[in-house]
Amino acid sequence: MPEEATSTTPAAGTLMQGRRGLIMGVANHRSIAWAIAQACAAQGAELAFTFQGEALEKRVRPLAASIGSDFLLPCDVSSDEQMDEVFAALEQRWGKIDFLVHAIGFANKEYLRGRYLDTPRDAFLQAMDISCYSFVATGRRAAAIMNPGGSLLTLSYLGAERWIPHYNVMGVAKAALEASVRYMAADLGADGIRVNAISAGPIKTLAASGIGDFSYMLKWNQYNSMMRRNVGLEEVGNSGLYFVSPLSSGVTGEVHHVDSGYHAVGMKHPDAPDMTVE
Amino acid sequence: MSEVADKVKKIVVEHLGVEESKVTETASFIDDLGADSLDTVELVMAFEEAFGVEIPDDAAEKIGTVKDAIDFIEKQKAA
Repeated sequence: MPEEATSTTPAAGTLMQGRRGLIMGVANHRSIAWAIAQACAAQGAELAFTFQGEALEKRVRPLAASIGSDFLLPCDVSSDEQMDEVFAALEQRWGKIDFLVHAIGFANKEYLRGRYLDTPRDAFLQAMDISCYSFVATGRRAAAIMNPGGSLLTLSYLGAERWIPHYNVMGVAKAALEASVRYMAADLGADGIRVNAISAGPIKTLAASGIGDFSYMLKWNQYNSMMRRNVGLEEVGNSGLYFVSPLSSGVTGEVHHVDSGYHAVGMKHPDAPDMTVE
Repeated sequence: MSEVADKVKKIVVEHLGVEESKVTETASFIDDLGADSLDTVELVMAFEEAFGVEIPDDAAEKIGTVKDAIDFIEKQKAA
């Protein structure tokens, strides 16, 4: 049984020629945001990136350079001023933009284990602020300078819809994020701007390293998803490309699962071995 | 030097962009090799990928030096 898909990279093309977008949330080469960025760049999109702090800047800068982008902006999404500056800089250099990819979330690691019930107010509010409100706040600013036919895309996870062990306050924040997708889609629909989310299966990213028993989750999904494997970064990247491109021009308010079908599974696969957390 | 040690050092050199001579077994990723906290997480992920082993969180937290990494991986591979 393959653990991941074999390469699914489509040939380079011109689908995104003349389109400009902002990618928020690249941490390193394993980031889902980076996979989406690469898929867009291969189709001719022009990209800008935000980063938070020096540690991330030194990681994002060479990646951006590898696809010919020198347009990097610092952005801490808990700061309204910094978000204003980012979109002012985009408007100044580009005038209009065509898409936004929001791949940002945060919860204090201490509360991604144990009981959700024990989440203190400050940890709850921070998770909601960074993981949900930041999409509302950046989406509003992006829409103000967006061409008709534009697209806002965020990333979610099944823990928003179902209970997933350890996901806790992040699951609740992702549920709010998915609800925001629907309300934002209604707000912006008449302007021709679409708002969607990809709910990806588990992928070992830097962010995932904060989630307890992550390798158990990977194995569970590998054995029990309909396709009997985990999804690869490229697959989420390609689905992301679909959402920010004209291919999905009739799609909005959607939470789209890229998870080998796991979201629709109701029971452990009979062939899957019994597993315990190591 | 063991095959594991060789490969670990190569990954450290590549990831942190440090000189090979500095990557001694007692070198601490953070104190001696200039790693930040994200580097340590990324190194662990790179080790997992390169050696096909699992390094759980509590074990990863204890890997502070080149030798810690080599020892853990050799033990896992022997198991």
